[in-house]
Order: sequence, then structure tokens, then C-alpha cells
Amino acid sequence: MSVEARLRQAAQRFSAVKALGRDPSALSFDRMIAPMVGVLEGREVLLFGTNNYLGTTMVPNCVEAAVEATRLYGVGTTGSRIANGTYGGHRALERRIAGFYDRRSAIVFSTGYLANLGVICALAGKDDQILIDADSHASIYDACRMSGSEIIRFRHNSAADLERKLNRLAGRGGLKLVVVEGIYSMLGDRAPLEEIAEVKRRAGSDVCLIVDEAHSLGVLGPKGRGQAEAQGVEADCDVIVGTFSKSLGTIGGFCVSDIPGFDAVRALSRPYMFTASGSPGTVAAAMAAIDRLEGEPAIRTRLWENTARLYDGLRAIGFTLGPEPSPVIGLVCPDPTTATMLWNGLIERGVYTNIALPPATPNGLALLRVSASSAHTAEHIDCALGIFADAAAEFGICGPAPIAGGPPARVAIEPAEQPGPASGAAMR
Amino acid sequence: MTENIAEARVLAMLAEMLGRHDLSPESSITADAGLDSVSVMDFVLELEDEFDTTIPLDQLSNVRTVRELGEVITRLRQPAPVAASSTGINGHSS
Repeated sequence: MSVEARLRQAAQRFSAVKALGRDPSALSFDRMIAPMVGVLEGREVLLFGTNNYLGTTMVPNCVEAAVEATRLYGVGTTGSRIANGTYGGHRALERRIAGFYDRRSAIVFSTGYLANLGVICALAGKDDQILIDADSHASIYDACRMSGSEIIRFRHNSAADLERKLNRLAGRGGLKLVVVEGIYSMLGDRAPLEEIAEVKRRAGSDVCLIVDEAHSLGVLGPKGRGQAEAQGVEADCDVIVGTFSKSLGTIGGFCVSDIPGFDAVRALSRPYMFTASGSPGTVAAAMAAIDRLEGEPAIRTRLWENTARLYDGLRAIGFTLGPEPSPVIGLVCPDPTTATMLWNGLIERGVYTNIALPPATPNGLALLRVSASSAHTAEHIDCALGIFADAAAEFGICGPAPIAGGPPARVAIEPAEQPGPASGAAMR
Repeated sequence: MTENIAEARVLAMLAEMLGRHDLSPESSITADAGLDSVSVMDFVLELEDEFDTTIPLDQLSNVRTVRELGEVITRLRQPAPVAASSTGINGHSS
């Protein structure tokens, strides 16, 4: 096959979606008016398809911190963390994150993707086994492959399947790494970390539990540390991975741990060593965002109020939604064509959401991923709900009409025991 | 013998799942049966329950056909020494 043929084949993958309107992968915003209002194709759209859960992207303190650091240190570092790319800001941010999580060590990476890659590859090698949730993010699948470890996939959110698989490994040498996420990015469901921690405790000391709190940092837990904190099992979670690019509004990744000597991960991690470090501006913005997250817990309350308003509103319209209210709401469409038409219809009416189609979705579902943010106003949400209702009527998507005050027309996805991952792995 | 049993069971489960009767042990799981990469992994979860064994994803890199998948399962279900040896990790071509 020629390179041109290969590229044509790849372009083809989006052709069915493109034929119905826009190419979701090629869309670009002209500008941002506010954290939840953008300009797309020359028109204002309300943003209900982001990871900007706390509306941090345009918070003045974060913007100013980034501007000041950029003026002082420049737009980039031009070097890796292990060469000329570590500035005082990177070190200070690591201390800040370690303090926030109350852990001994923190390591900052250039992106969240690289943090997963860097930690997992540093800890596991070819004689080890990595057990991952079926719905894991692509970065976790990629890390597994890069590590050369044995890769075992357990059913989504099933501590029972994890335990079965750990038991089958009894007596095998090597480290057993278990990797799960706090909130899953497509349906917004949370890991049953209490159960998973219990399984881990029973399985023995050669099991290391890694929790990726990408979507749960700043969202869950009394201090906003994530699902491990919310479920009271932080002591069982050996390593927490996270990102700056969601609730913290900038870009970069990190991990924290209490494992003695954890800093050696830096020396074992190619994704730490062989890429340029985060720019001074993004690092300073992350620092300011953590200050805000810690100092203003009311923002999290606001996020959950908005989440409830959005989730309940969508449910009342009659949409089939993900299993539990969450700032990530998976809106299930009957098929990819309907999902694509709805997604286009919403944009034309002024609401942007994310479209997610198989095989990038769990259980082969065609989804619109709808996100809530503390930066949405009640008016934003009510306006969007009106638009959702109109679009649903036009495309004949919803079943029963809402009954005022009546029982919600609810959802049919079972939370657990259904297989289905996020992104391409294994067999091609 | 056991290989054929695993192979036959894989074929039967795949045929039932897809409602197809035109598949054979030589059928490609992706090209002929039409499973995408994720559906293959989901099917593997079903097989793991059926055979009460773990099928590591890295063992699937050389698997194309129903027969090859049956062979992997048979090998994994063999008692200890072989399954537990470190040769089982990668490039375990059949």
C-alpha cells in the first residue's frame, strides 16, 4: 500500500460523519468570548463540550500568572526536564501538588497523556502484569504496550472481574499494576474505588494501584483531590495521576505518591526525559489554578448545582443518559447517523457538544458527550436545554414527553458488567 | 483435540454473537467477522469467562483467525509451567 492510499483510507474514516455536515475533527473556534461562550463559524455558541469543569481557562489570576511568567521566563523552555527544561516554577509546582495531595513526591510532566505513559512505563516492565479497566483512556492502553508488560483487561468497573484476574496470577513473579480512572470520560461514571481497594488489599503487597484522576480532580472529594479522596481510600492508591488540562484549565500532567524513592521515576521515564518541559506560562497558570481550587471550594458546589440542573433537564426531555449525574454526561443516541445529525443540529442552534462514535466509545454506543461547568450560568443551561428539546423533537430522538413533576424518563445503561473500552488497543 | 474444542467453542460463540453461519476456523476475526479492535477485546472478555482463563491482550498481536485464537486459548489453559513461563509474553507465534 502506498502512503497516499494509507492516508486516503484514514481520511475515509470520517467521511460518513462529514457527509452529514461538519467534520468534528476539523472544527475550529474563531475565538472565546467567555469560558462557556465561543465563536464558531462566525456565530456564538454555548460550550457544552469541554473539560473546563471549573471554568479556569479565563480566570484573571490564572491568565495574569501565565502572562507574568511568560514575560519573565519566555514562551518556552526549549529543553527536557532532565536537561535545561526545569525552572524554579516546575519545582515549585511539584511541591505545591505534593502539598495539595499530602504526599511525599510529585512529578510534573508536559501533558496528562505523557504522565500516564511516563508513570506506567517507569513502574512496569516485561516481566510484570498490568491490569486495566476495559474503558481506560488511550494513554493507558498506549502505556501498557510501551511497557512490554503482560496486558490484562478487566470488565469496566468490575472489582469482581479484577479479583478473578488477580487470583489467576497468584504465584506469578513480577509486579502487578492495576490502573483505573476516577471518572470515565465518555459516560461520566465513577470507579468503585472502595471495592477495588479492598480487592487490592486482599491480593497482596505485589499489587500497585494507580488511579488516573484526570476528570475527577477538582470535581470530587472534600478537597477536590478526586475519587480516591471521595471514597476515603487514598491510602490504598499508591500513585495518583492527573492533568492540568481539565479542571485546572491549562496543559500538563502530574503524578503523586508516597512510595519511598518515587523520584527515581524521573530516571526511568522516557516520556519525562525526551520531550520539552511545560512552558513557564502553563506551569504558572497551573499553580494559580490549584490556589483557586483549594481556596474557593464554593466553585465545586456551583459545578454540582449546574451538573444537577443539566442532567435533570436532559433527563426530563427524555434523553437516555449515562448512569449517574456527573459533569461528564453521556447522551446516548440510537445510532451514529442520528448522533451526527443531532450534533450538527445543536451547533446550528448554538450549542456545542462533543460527538463520540464507536470504536472510541464504550459498548459501541453513539454518544454526545455533554459537559457541565461551574462557569455555566443558569441561563446558559436553560437556554441549552431548550435547544436540546427542539433538536430532539426535530430528529425524533426522545421517547416520552416530559411530565411536569413526574418521574423522570430514565436511562438504560447498566453501570457495570458491560464490556467496552475507550480507544484502540490490541489487535489491529 | 483440546485445541479443536477451544476453536469450536470460539467459532460457535462468535457465530452466535453475530448471528452468522458463514464463518469458519479460517475466518479472519476482523476482516471476515467484521469486529473492530474494541469489539475483539470485548469478545475476549466473554471468552475469558467461558474458558475461565485470562487472555492477555499482548498475546493477541499475532492472532488473525478463529483458529489462531483457539490455539492461544488452548496454550493458556495448559497447566502451569508453560503458561507461567516468561516466554509467554510477546511474539508467541503459533
